[in-house]
Amino acid sequence: MSAALRSAGRALLARARCKACWFMVGLAALVLASFATLDLRWREFASPGAADAMGRFAREFWPPETSAGFLAKTWQATLETFAMSLLGTLLAAVLGLALALPAARKHADDPARLKPVARLLLNALRSIPELVWAALLLIAAGLGPFSGTLALALHTAGVLGRLFAESLENAPPGPAFALRVRGVGELRVFAYATLPQIWPQVISYTLYRWENNIRAAAVLGVVGAGGLGQMLAYHLGLFHMRETATVLLAMIALVVLVDVASYLSRRLLER
Amino acid sequence: MNAVAPPPPHPSARDPAVWRRVGVVLVGAVLLWPLLVWTEFRPWLLADPQSLRVTGRFLGEFFPPRLDAEFLRLMALETWRTVAIATAGLSLAFVIAVPLALLSTARLSVSALPGRMRPLPFALRQCARGVAIALRSVPELVWALVFVRVVGLGPTSGVIAIGIAYGGMLGKVYAEILESADPAPTQALLRNGASRLQAFFYGALPQSSTELVSYTVYRWECAIRSSVVLGFVGAGGLGQQLDTAAKMFAGGEVATILVIFMLLVAAADRLSAWLRKELG
Repeated sequence: MSAALRSAGRALLARARCKACWFMVGLAALVLASFATLDLRWREFASPGAADAMGRFAREFWPPETSAGFLAKTWQATLETFAMSLLGTLLAAVLGLALALPAARKHADDPARLKPVARLLLNALRSIPELVWAALLLIAAGLGPFSGTLALALHTAGVLGRLFAESLENAPPGPAFALRVRGVGELRVFAYATLPQIWPQVISYTLYRWENNIRAAAVLGVVGAGGLGQMLAYHLGLFHMRETATVLLAMIALVVLVDVASYLSRRLLER
Repeated sequence: MNAVAPPPPHPSARDPAVWRRVGVVLVGAVLLWPLLVWTEFRPWLLADPQSLRVTGRFLGEFFPPRLDAEFLRLMALETWRTVAIATAGLSLAFVIAVPLALLSTARLSVSALPGRMRPLPFALRQCARGVAIALRSVPELVWALVFVRVVGLGPTSGVIAIGIAYGGMLGKVYAEILESADPAPTQALLRNGASRLQAFFYGALPQSSTELVSYTVYRWECAIRSSVVLGFVGAGGLGQQLDTAAKMFAGGEVATILVIFMLLVAAADRLSAWLRKELG
């Protein structure tokens, strides 16, 4: 008995070990192949000339441009970034909720005919990053923060829609059922029974995505979609290093501020 | 004609909070106004006939997607480059993150054993943590933009950008994972004279290895997504092809690349979920 157990245990161990070692072999192969096939220019990068060039490049960033006019422009761009993230997230929450309704099977008798289509749409929205959406939307909406806002809204709608659909399916069915058996219409069932139940989750997912989107909005402009990113790409492209430094500092300050605010609010909520 | 008239709604059937809801919506709309101004929110631009014509032509070219052998071969190569940039970048990040995590985790502090850490080790740990935070607070796209100026167009800047930004991220999270584990094993080892590295390998690592591995695999998946995005600033791979195709209004090429990209993300997602399940 114990011998059988021991051999079974040993087999299990061998399997587990084997799994881990196959994983390591695969990993090593992937890493080696990656470094081998990319034409990485380490030699140039490691040469003393490159170090010099890099040092010169880094020194050009100092001191950051602090003329009042430029600071006002940076401030405006920061506000723009902030507004893009907030409006994009709000639009995404509305669109996500609208898509989550067909994407969820709300009760046992719900035929949910549109579910596969809605899920496919949500997955497509989600798997294309904000920046790619922005680059494509430039064609339809032109340069500027409007495309950035729409890009954030589309990607985030995919993310939030999936999460909302899951909340809808997991909501306790009691209240909705009570209204439904009395003949209340689907819209009112949703507004007065289901929505209040998933509301806390809707709010917390949306806030979480907003935090992400501030960071995303800061860089979105690099393809021309407004905000700090657009300023950064513009000044870096013209080698205005001191202006670039100011924009970078504003960007970092925004990101750090969001991090701190989210950390503090989380600590406050945990109490 | 003889249909029964619906009974008048009972007073309690009306929404008692309707005025409050209307008020909240109105206040929200007033607060929303500056946002609409700042983001130049003009949806009617989308319906502008000229822009509609351009967009329509662009979208019309999506079908048929470009599928000839030469283009597909190029795309296969670029897809591999995208994966390779993500993998090489993450390897670099790992090399940066491990020392940062080992330096910054309080679990391996000898002086913290009796009570408070001594000031010098404490300052060193905070420094390592600060470096990790600084590295990750600049988005990888910005690192890539800067390095494209230094080392030129191509995958090198993408690898370095992912390496630096993800290095900071991994370093911070590794340290947090190590600190969330049970302190007893490392403390027992350190108290009995084990070195810090021994305490790490025999006390801390066995407890948290699955969590560390699964977080790293998850980040690899994120790195693939971000290596596509980095292509837009000239770091090679699918993103650069997509950028070029979109700028030339080549709808068919854009459609093919988008589909490849979605398949790639879905495949990385599956693979990472499967690996995390198998190794967890």
